[in-house]
Amino acid sequence: MHEITIDHLDDIARGAAILGTGGGGDPYIGRLLASAAVRDHGPVPLVPLDEIGDDAVVLPVAMMGAPTVMVEKLPSAEQVGLAARTLATYLGKELTHIACAEAGGVNSLIPVVAAAQLGLPLVDADGMGRAFPELQMVLPTLYGVRATPMSIADEKGNRGVLDTVDNHWAERLARSATVDMGCSAMISNYAMSGAQARESLVPGTLTLCAELGARVRQARAEHADPVASVVERLGGRTLFSGKVVDVARRTVTGFARGEAKLSGMDGDMGSEMVLKFQNEHLVAERDGVPEASVPDLICCLDHESGEAVTTEGLRYGQRVTVIAAPADPRWHTPGGIELAGPRYFGYDIDPVGVFA
Amino acid sequence: MRIGIDVGGTNTDAVLLDGRKVLASIKTSTTEDVTSGIVAAINGLQQQRAFDPAAVQAVMIGTTHFINALVEAHRLAPTAAVRLSLPAGASLPPMVDWPQRLVGAVSGRSYLVHGGHEFDGRHIAELDEGELRKAAEDMGQAGVRSVAITSVFSPVNAEFEARAAEIIAAELPDVAISLSHEIGRIGLLERENATVINAALRELAAHIVDGLAASVSGAGITAPLYLSQNDGTLMDVDFARRYPVATFASGPTNSMRGAAVLSGLDTCAVVDVGGTTSDVGVLRQGFPREATTDVSVAGIRTNFRMPDVLSIGIGGGSRVRGGAGDVTVGPDSVGYELTSKALVFGGDTLTATDIAVAAGRAGIGDPSLVAHLDRDLVRAALDKIAADVADVVERMRTSAEPLPVVAVGGGSVLLPDELADAGTVHRPENYAVANAIGAAIAQIGGEVDRVYAIEPGRREAVVEEAKQEAVDRAVAAGASPASVGIVDFDEVPIPYLPGNATRIRVKAVGDLQLGA
Repeated sequence: MHEITIDHLDDIARGAAILGTGGGGDPYIGRLLASAAVRDHGPVPLVPLDEIGDDAVVLPVAMMGAPTVMVEKLPSAEQVGLAARTLATYLGKELTHIACAEAGGVNSLIPVVAAAQLGLPLVDADGMGRAFPELQMVLPTLYGVRATPMSIADEKGNRGVLDTVDNHWAERLARSATVDMGCSAMISNYAMSGAQARESLVPGTLTLCAELGARVRQARAEHADPVASVVERLGGRTLFSGKVVDVARRTVTGFARGEAKLSGMDGDMGSEMVLKFQNEHLVAERDGVPEASVPDLICCLDHESGEAVTTEGLRYGQRVTVIAAPADPRWHTPGGIELAGPRYFGYDIDPVGVFA
Repeated sequence: MRIGIDVGGTNTDAVLLDGRKVLASIKTSTTEDVTSGIVAAINGLQQQRAFDPAAVQAVMIGTTHFINALVEAHRLAPTAAVRLSLPAGASLPPMVDWPQRLVGAVSGRSYLVHGGHEFDGRHIAELDEGELRKAAEDMGQAGVRSVAITSVFSPVNAEFEARAAEIIAAELPDVAISLSHEIGRIGLLERENATVINAALRELAAHIVDGLAASVSGAGITAPLYLSQNDGTLMDVDFARRYPVATFASGPTNSMRGAAVLSGLDTCAVVDVGGTTSDVGVLRQGFPREATTDVSVAGIRTNFRMPDVLSIGIGGGSRVRGGAGDVTVGPDSVGYELTSKALVFGGDTLTATDIAVAAGRAGIGDPSLVAHLDRDLVRAALDKIAADVADVVERMRTSAEPLPVVAVGGGSVLLPDELADAGTVHRPENYAVANAIGAAIAQIGGEVDRVYAIEPGRREAVVEEAKQEAVDRAVAAGASPASVGIVDFDEVPIPYLPGNATRIRVKAVGDLQLGA
């Protein structure tokens, strides 16, 4: 894939929902926005991470806020472009590339909108290789890339530039501004050089999204098992197949935390799996024993269709297959674990790797 | 007494009820003009059991007419979509993801205007009345006859939609106006789509409703006429003129509701076996469980209330292939050609109906024409049908508790008396006209679906307030106050919103106040 055309967007959206690990927002709006932007401005060139020059100016863009708001107060391509332009102006630099902060959910597609709008190439990479709920949870944080200065823009044309003492503060202040902007804002942060991008981003993730989406689509057309095809591509394994028998949710400091209980079927008959989530799936326990956890990816897929099931969409009676896939190895370093391991989310366990 | 009529694509079924007792029932063919089929059905009831038309207290009709009109892109009015959202939302204009054929069929025009609300009720922008008047002028010149107005977060605050309607009505007094907050839920594109579909169907709705009313009054019946909605509740004819979209899924809903009444089970799985498909739904407290995901209608994403129904291609007309060891049933069907193609009618195609006759489960056509069928094949085909249906029922179950199964519809003879896990299959009397009975016994409902900011310690009060509002709405719509109860309650916290934002959905339902 050398460029992203309208024909790629369905697959990318479907794959991005899988890497969203239960969160990241419904990519439907993202797909429509990207498709409108590509229709207006033409296909977006996709550049492999290792082909960008050291002095490139790479800027990730993303949507911040509540997916529930985004499906009501629809963002516009101009708003995405505005966030990027605002930061470029503040930095006094000419942007050369747009990048993805996360490769899951709607934020895989917002950068396509930005790139099309600004007429810039998109780097085939992202800051996580998955979706995480907070802004500082990107690999560039581990490599000393500062989240700020960052820009935030609403649909009215309000813009803010934040410069914070660390990346956690960036999350905190940007979250407050997002609420005042009506809970759906576009942000641009982690401006980095080409050299920093090559060091700290996860390569090939947009291509990965497109491939995952295509696999699901093709497996269904051929009456093959889409879940198995996804597992194969991710180099992961199937944890559990079961039926959702209970979902408990509560909102804690603005995040939807909760647990879903699955009762096993087929080979897992007689066992139970509990998925613990905060927007994204964080821990999967089989019969009380953790079987996978962050930072690895825990994805809940519809048993038949292979479509990703979001934590918001989980409901009684769904038949799902839970799969786990290894996160980028850098997430398993001490710094990575500190940033996005189970303890950060309040679970007092060591991380459980997919093949542990 | 009341009369229930279900106008399906193939059959028009009618029943005469006294309370919940079936006095007469009839199946007739649906006619192209719909009304003559209804007249024939009412005459049929009259012949079966003479009744005084003046003694009929209400007539309830379920119809698939409007959804068919949309699918066939037939007789849709030139429609304009007005969205109050600027400066938000300009990149994804109304009808952005519609099949081009349908945009053409509604001569779709769209207008974006300043306005809309934030999630917490603040204004995104003030409503620009000048812009609206200019849009109205353009609509007038373009010959628009129906307008759909959608404002951002109107389920939270509908003031802008109401004001915009006043302004457009003042400029264009003859156009019909549909407001999104009365039609759909949170999710702007889906709600707007449903509203535009509704708007496009308004002229046809007026025409059809007039026809229905004429055919009922032509039979000497002066009682009020109601149409059944997707959720198993009723709307009066004025409501039906304004909200045709609310009838879209009334077919399966009526079957399910009828099954509940006939079987006396209010929590069960209902299998409605027709000619080409078996539709499986779940009743909870007598009402169909609703789909929680977006429902695509004719290729358009919408989010109005629809029952959660799973269909498989097994019905009376399903083709049966293979031998005892590798038999398949459906998903293709001979459909309306059953009476010429099935073996029992002298045809040359082995169908599920032939299997039922060969097994002695149904007395249709000439049984001698299937007497030669291999016994093992017949058994294998019935087992296959039972296994496939049992699998769908199992899928629809939401808890470990086994769900009783009620079978209705003309093809339900195909089902065994026992279904794996579910146990006995209930096959109530009058199963073939369950849909008409469902229409006849439909109730009146009221619903609230809104995002609430729940302050600490206020949850109980907020929940009570929402429930009361749903009850009030049901009563306002014509339910008898003493009979109204809450039938559905759902509470979902919304992530990333401050103030413990929680989406609450409550549905209250009561009996229609008759003869008031």
